Amino acid sequence: MKLFNVNRRRFLRGSVAAGAGLALPTIFTSASRAQGYCNEPTGSSVVLGFNVPQTGPYADEGADELRALQLAAKHLNGEGDGGMLNTFTGSQLQGNGILGKKVEYVTGDTQTKSDAARASARRMIEKDGALMITGGSSSGVAVAVQSLCQEAGVIFMAGLTHSNDTTGKDKRRNGFRHFFNAYMSGQALGPVLAESYGNDRRAYHLTADYTWGWTQEESIKATTEQLGWETVETVRTPLGAGDFSQYITPVVNSGADVLILNHYGKDMVNSLTQAVQFGLREREANGKDFQIVVPLFSELMAQGAGEAIKGIYGTANWDWKLENDGTQAFTKSFGQEYGQPPSQAAHTCYVQALLYANAVETAGTFNPEGVVEALEDLEFDGLGNGPTLYRGADHQCFKPVLVVQGKEEPQDKFDLLEVVREVPTEQVTYDPSIFGGELGDVNGQC
Amino acid sequence: MDAFIIQLLNGLDKGGAYALIALGLTLVFGTLGVVNFAHGALFMLGAFVAVAVRRILQLETVTVDPDRLTPWGSPMEIRTPLVQAWLGDFGEVLLQYSVPLSILVAIPFMLAVGLAMERGLIRFFYRRTHAEQILVTFGLAIVLQEIIKAFFGANPIPVSAPEALAGSANVGAWLGLESGVYYPWWRLVYLAFSILMAGLVIAFLQFTTWGMVVRAGMQDRQTVGFLGINIQRRFTVVFGIAAAIAGIAGAMYTPIVPANYHMGMDFLVLSFVVVVVGGMGSVAGAVLAGFLLGVLQSFVSMNEVKDLVPGIDQVIIYLVAVVVLLVRPRGLMGRRGVMEN
Repeated sequence: MKLFNVNRRRFLRGSVAAGAGLALPTIFTSASRAQGYCNEPTGSSVVLGFNVPQTGPYADEGADELRALQLAAKHLNGEGDGGMLNTFTGSQLQGNGILGKKVEYVTGDTQTKSDAARASARRMIEKDGALMITGGSSSGVAVAVQSLCQEAGVIFMAGLTHSNDTTGKDKRRNGFRHFFNAYMSGQALGPVLAESYGNDRRAYHLTADYTWGWTQEESIKATTEQLGWETVETVRTPLGAGDFSQYITPVVNSGADVLILNHYGKDMVNSLTQAVQFGLREREANGKDFQIVVPLFSELMAQGAGEAIKGIYGTANWDWKLENDGTQAFTKSFGQEYGQPPSQAAHTCYVQALLYANAVETAGTFNPEGVVEALEDLEFDGLGNGPTLYRGADHQCFKPVLVVQGKEEPQDKFDLLEVVREVPTEQVTYDPSIFGGELGDVNGQC
Repeated sequence: MDAFIIQLLNGLDKGGAYALIALGLTLVFGTLGVVNFAHGALFMLGAFVAVAVRRILQLETVTVDPDRLTPWGSPMEIRTPLVQAWLGDFGEVLLQYSVPLSILVAIPFMLAVGLAMERGLIRFFYRRTHAEQILVTFGLAIVLQEIIKAFFGANPIPVSAPEALAGSANVGAWLGLESGVYYPWWRLVYLAFSILMAGLVIAFLQFTTWGMVVRAGMQDRQTVGFLGINIQRRFTVVFGIAAAIAGIAGAMYTPIVPANYHMGMDFLVLSFVVVVVGGMGSVAGAVLAGFLLGVLQSFVSMNEVKDLVPGIDQVIIYLVAVVVLLVRPRGLMGRRGVMEN
């Protein structure tokens, strides 16, 4: 019964400790209440949080995002050749940091998992005082981190996320997306598919089993069925499956003549290579050559898939071979820094970082309320995609979409995709109400 | 018919990997009486031997060509693998065939790892309970995984098959079918390899004196000892052989699924089920059950079956294990008395 053997002195000591412990959280909250908004920078620098997948099926994209974000921080601080700071029309950025404060950053690993991504974003916000979180290469992660940032009172500038939900049913006032989405892919890809493969096709979908896969399947299915295609089967596959053979073998005798792979990153590299290994592209079905379509793909995946990517159609947000000033400036400074061209994941993150910095300069404050106002309905140019609108109604960017194809005869190991069409913005614009969701109010309080 | 053949092949192929891992597990259990949860990690280690061999062969020299420029304006770098620079075309062939080549490295390496593991750790746990053996070997598996993760990173690393075997074979034409049934060459190679390996091990145990002694030791260890045979040493070697089999099975698997540090765990649980279904300690049972369960899993992953019972492809192996344990707890080919008291 030693446990209850308490004398007066011990009791006093204990109650003081307990009292201090109880008071501690209120001391912190009262300190943060004293600020105008969450993580208001007081020193000569400002901290941004770069939350990218460094492991998991999307790690290649994550590594490239991190390179781009580090480059963006450099350019914002006036180091290096300035990249797209020089081509960004109407920009307030002067290369002296943001509002005169030097840009510093902390990084985290999302592991391509929602819970890990939330934990690392939370750490960056609460421990490192990050004012803005950016990066990420999965819509599951983007949706999770976006809602965390909304609750935490900081801005979220989404990285690569292609699900309709990110700026659809799961949109938040504090979150913004520059990347395009599955609906736009469908709108852009449809006419090209009809021209190349005709209106009488039978499609089989293999779909990554999470928000992005579901919405892409839905959008592509809607588009192709409008063309007159029939959907034979839609099969969900777990993220990071590795061996897709058990999903590919049933395609052979399904009566389908097109396989649509709603996979991304390493999953796509594996499923596409295995589909080609299983001889799908050498087959004939229903009297036609069997075709494979990958609605969303990138140079990084093309590098991984090698020969298998040749001739395959997909869509992209951006490509380093586009001929405009912004693209060329970015490719030059990225190439010189890292010895390779930037991917679309890198591009979108770099642009997001610049857009955030510019919005802060425009608003004259880091306060999320000002930043959101400056970004909503912002029209800009010179960041590689041509004239772009950040639509206020759903925080989605509208710009031309690229239809790309795996190159038959690449010149070198970076020259893997060909831009076959730039689909104008009007063709991919939609009514924001079709996906539902509410933006809600800005939250700037911790 | 096409669908049947392709599902059968794919099932046999998966079954091959299950069988090779289960074979080592059951050997170790049959001889040493140890439930080795680190066996999957040995498979993973073998896969990374293939990765390492490839990395070594790929060491390259970098020269700069000032006349050619990259799109971003810096001079183009030209990389040549050292083996190619030294050995010419033969070097290129070596690079191409790095996976089969890595078997030559994997056998001695994995044998050494197996012997070190048995002598250094496992032998101290012979007299402990199965629960303690599982805990210590499971811990060892985690240690091995983390070591590999520290060296090679957490991302899967693809290793390609030789170009000649990278495409697919028209299996339908071999069988005289009209329609083409294509199956990847490398998976056919893996299937043949796993049948060969399983056959070799069974033949070794069945038809050599050394194997006979080991089998006798599995039956009655004490009596074999009384006859003046150092059975413990032979069992140690058996452990090494089991490790080597798991290792080369892993090395050969890399062109099918890119090597990653947790691939062993993915296989381990399934392989345990295979051992249980085949009968604890029965080598032939493990091989049989491996192939059977692989084929079964392949057939239930057809859409026709999945439409009837959604998700059946994920649980079928465990369902079979439940039924086998209820109806024939000894497993398909298990000996009487093993794990029954």
